[in-house]
Amino acid sequence: MAECHPVGFQWVMEAKARGAKVIHVDPRFTRTSALADVHVPLRAGSDIAFLGGIINHVLQNEKYFRDYVVAYTNAPMILREDFRDTEDLDGVFSGLDPDNRRYDNASWQYEGMEVQAASGERDLEYDKRTTGGGSETEAARGEAHGSGGADIGEGEPERDDTLTHPRCVFQVLKRHYARYTPEAVEQICGVPQDLFRQVCELVTDNSGRERTTAFAYAVGWTQHTVGVQYIRAASVLQSLLGNMGRPGGGILALRGHASIQGSTDIPTLFNLLPGYIPMPHAHKGEGLDEFVQGEAARKGYWGNMRTYLVSLLKAYWGDAATAENDFCFDYLPRLTGSHSAYETAMAQLEGVCKGYFVFGENPAVGNANAKLMRLGMANLDWMVVRDFSLIETATWWKDGPEIETGEMRTEDIGTEVFFLPAAAHTEKDGSFTNTQRMLQWHHKAVEPPGQARSDLWFTYHLGRIIREKLAGSTDPMDAPVLDVTWDYPLKGELAEPDAESVLAEINGRAADGSPLSSYEQLQADGSTACGCWIYCGVYADGVNQSARRRPGTEQNWVAGEWAWAWPANRRILYNRASADPDGKPWSERKALVWWDADEGKWVGHDVPDFKPTKAPDYEPPPDATAAEALSGTDPFIMQADGKAWLYVPSGLTDGPLPTHYEPQDSPFDNLLYPQQRNPVRQLLARHPDNRYQPSGTEPGSDVFPYVATTYRLTEHHTAGGMSRWLPYLAELQPEFFCEISPELAAERGLEHTGWATIVSARGVVEARVLVTDRMAPLTVQGRTLHQVGLPYHWGPNGYSTGDAANELLHLSLDPNTHIQEAKAFAVDIRPGRRPRGPASVRLVREYRARAGIDENTGTEP
Amino acid sequence: MTDSGSGDGLRARPDGGHGNQLYGPQHDVAGAAGYPDSPPRMGFFTDTSVCIGCKACEVACKEWNAVPEDGLLLTGMSYDNTQGLGADTWRHVAFIEQRKPLGGQEPGVSHEDVDVFDAAGRLGTGSAPAGQISPLAPDGRTELRWLMSSDVCKHCTHAACLDVCPTGALFRTEFGTVVVQEDICNGCGYCVPACPYGVIDQRKDDGRVWKCTLCYDRLGVGQEPACAKACPTDSIQFGPLDELRERAEDRVARLRAAGVADARLYGEDPTDGVGGDGAFFLLLDEPEVYGLPPDPVVTTRDLPDMWRHAALAAASLAALAVTSFVRSAGRGRR
Repeated sequence: MAECHPVGFQWVMEAKARGAKVIHVDPRFTRTSALADVHVPLRAGSDIAFLGGIINHVLQNEKYFRDYVVAYTNAPMILREDFRDTEDLDGVFSGLDPDNRRYDNASWQYEGMEVQAASGERDLEYDKRTTGGGSETEAARGEAHGSGGADIGEGEPERDDTLTHPRCVFQVLKRHYARYTPEAVEQICGVPQDLFRQVCELVTDNSGRERTTAFAYAVGWTQHTVGVQYIRAASVLQSLLGNMGRPGGGILALRGHASIQGSTDIPTLFNLLPGYIPMPHAHKGEGLDEFVQGEAARKGYWGNMRTYLVSLLKAYWGDAATAENDFCFDYLPRLTGSHSAYETAMAQLEGVCKGYFVFGENPAVGNANAKLMRLGMANLDWMVVRDFSLIETATWWKDGPEIETGEMRTEDIGTEVFFLPAAAHTEKDGSFTNTQRMLQWHHKAVEPPGQARSDLWFTYHLGRIIREKLAGSTDPMDAPVLDVTWDYPLKGELAEPDAESVLAEINGRAADGSPLSSYEQLQADGSTACGCWIYCGVYADGVNQSARRRPGTEQNWVAGEWAWAWPANRRILYNRASADPDGKPWSERKALVWWDADEGKWVGHDVPDFKPTKAPDYEPPPDATAAEALSGTDPFIMQADGKAWLYVPSGLTDGPLPTHYEPQDSPFDNLLYPQQRNPVRQLLARHPDNRYQPSGTEPGSDVFPYVATTYRLTEHHTAGGMSRWLPYLAELQPEFFCEISPELAAERGLEHTGWATIVSARGVVEARVLVTDRMAPLTVQGRTLHQVGLPYHWGPNGYSTGDAANELLHLSLDPNTHIQEAKAFAVDIRPGRRPRGPASVRLVREYRARAGIDENTGTEP
Repeated sequence: MTDSGSGDGLRARPDGGHGNQLYGPQHDVAGAAGYPDSPPRMGFFTDTSVCIGCKACEVACKEWNAVPEDGLLLTGMSYDNTQGLGADTWRHVAFIEQRKPLGGQEPGVSHEDVDVFDAAGRLGTGSAPAGQISPLAPDGRTELRWLMSSDVCKHCTHAACLDVCPTGALFRTEFGTVVVQEDICNGCGYCVPACPYGVIDQRKDDGRVWKCTLCYDRLGVGQEPACAKACPTDSIQFGPLDELRERAEDRVARLRAAGVADARLYGEDPTDGVGGDGAFFLLLDEPEVYGLPPDPVVTTRDLPDMWRHAALAAASLAALAVTSFVRSAGRGRR
């Protein structure tokens, strides 16, 4: 966190000054480790084993917060009789279809009830929940499941508050993690047992009624074939320990850019609409009613999905959206499969995707298997790159690595590349949404130089020009573009759209045009318009609430008048859980919100994340739906059952409980199960430049004996577009380097500040060598493991240059999020610089041949 | 040069300690420099125990002061590719990798449960408890800690650079800081060997000397220096020197009470060889480990003596000359 989020780390230092203990778990010793109380080096890719070990410690030693677990989690829920755990099926769950690499999750449900997820793959349930109708593109719906299963949400799930029923979640959890012993953790992660126990004790001693523990993570957890399950493992742990919805608790996703949280709230993702409403799939005959029936939950706030969606459609299409035309629901695009960044690159290779907009990204060096990204771009008709500098994504066609190796010739490439200079955040108005869901407004300080323009300017004027060109068209295909509301006031000489007017549209308006102040005001009848229901209130009273800057010294410790956080300016989500079932704080020390019986409402330091007047003893009538169907003791109000999920009955494609699988490429066998890898990980096209490697005891695995991991340095930003061109930053970390231990240096004859060549089955790079004690050799499964650290900031362009670590990576993705496994893979390292030209391609081929790699290697389920 | 000179500083001065002295404690540097109603002396307290090595200070300094980038060089010295202070580096973050326990560095320094007076009473006795948390070393390896420290011009109470400057380009500001005026400096370079810390340096392409100004232009309008403003963990603290010294004493006492026996202040002592630094540090190891001289002494300390000796020598020579003239005159008369 100190390494990649130094500004946020000031609050860790603040906590430390107040007595907090900081534990840092990371393969390498970073600037965070330097300030931590304990640093735990572990093998990259083994975190579920590590977290599972802590879960097992908590369960075996009864360290969980029992009252919290019984009242607020799904621990008491009883599972269906036909559910089979990894304990029963050698490392996979019931419902696996190995040929199509997917799960049918029907058997994962609670006994007697089907539950819809609050997020994730909600379309999984579509066929079951509607009368079906079939999908337009069955094959592309990789996650589609068989028909049948329970009808939607009738009845209550069976529960056992004694937590002793053999099929209750708690007992299933206990059995599932029983094999995650300290001995197993030591063997798999390379973490000595004493050190592991020390971590367990620190976490459990600092959790419970009086104390809370927080987890912070970044892409070290997400970029794995089991990335979502890493986070889930932390969720299980935090729910067992009672660390959710309480001050000082939670799981904090540290974001890689200033507004990555904002880019999922108002998404740049293919499968979401604003406010986490799922993008509709291409089902035949699916109207608004069918969509809501298929996707929405019966209980909880997602029961209001129709309200949120209709308000969004009104914001998009204004007067054109009427009850008669389903509020233009048919105007929304439909998913025909997964269209993530990597599938887009595959579609480029196949010639399906012809055009490409790249805003503030540098896939030619920043994406996994950078070579495939460049090959994809070489197959386009046109692409538009908007950035500060001529990044590699804008110039690969004339000076990329494939030009040097002779694999591509500039004259053969038909892609027309447009480069448009972009304005920096200091040159435009706008908001950043941080990991606390807090929107902070920034004001333009200077005009953008030359032809540089903001993304808002570009998008608005592009839309304006397209609409002018389409004017008068009667083609129904053009109607969504012609009917869209596109009427933002323009400012200044550059005709910059007013960013606050966009914020006001996102906030939403009542029928009379006045700004809304809460999503509770939204209506399903089309009388309200709201661009993102969770942001409703950010422009309450016509005031930009995100621009508030009242100092912390002038308000209470929650500091609710600094900027604005969604939803409803709550600073801690699910904070009903900070009070016990009766509505009293679990402890005075950790009091946040509580029930005031005299006033008949929830009060406290933060805005209560609960219906303000719903008493703790409220029991919903049997016919209640949506938020009304949650009881007074259901704090997790977005969940269909109001509970924290230790076990996920619906919404994940790869299992209801986090399970340790080895990374796609690993020098080790899976010690816990015969199942080596995540059986439903997402493998992309069997392209010759995307070969996977043999693992564990498979022949050829020893050709790539070292674990590698990519990461960032404080001095640079992601793929370097914002830092490598800046002399003041470039001079601080001037070259691509790899970090290795003195022991590995001795083993491979690598010299400090000399050159190393690093090879995988995909590519070869060279890097300067930094020999450091900060990379510790680990003892894993009885043998010494060396790890190679690779910062991924470099590429051939800019002021500070170097090879791109992402040349080494494969495309094997997390099946839920389609995120690459950049944080754990296997390589070889040798002294000296890499070969140049065609010889570098030959070297990789030689390695593949030596390891016996073909198109099937590593593709077993 | 190793004499800390605390005794020497008490030597009686004809001006009662408020004149143009070159050595020893000086409580009113601005006043001594001729400012009648100067604001309090301002300075830096750099607490390296909370430095995270982000180098924001280096970048903010260069941005604000338009200091040029000075070359891309991978040094191999941990994450330090800056190497040291110079004409084009006014803040420098050192990175030191040590085979020493990490856990003792700062295990839970709580505001509530530390008896500062008790801790202060045990200072230097080595009886402070070791941190309870200590990571286990992997096979065959000792434990590791990574020290980071942001170095800067010390703005000495007795600044030899200023004393030797023949043009008046170097001057003492009303805030007690030492600043070079770039339009006056003629590049003679006398100040470079005069600095006991090796801070001030000539820029190769123009020959003039450059160093930290403690952001004199920002101080004048009530803003803190750029490095302190950018520091995310308050490792660099800016303020009146008296307050900073109090804060630093408190901090070092807390750290020692928490088991960090090696915590110490550097440059805070008005009786040291430079009369105390305007920019001082909390270190976690010997100064040499950070590349700092252990007992810096203002290089002009002996200047009065030298002048006295020189004057004596000159007088002797003159006397000798006169004597010989008298003698020769006498001879002539003979």
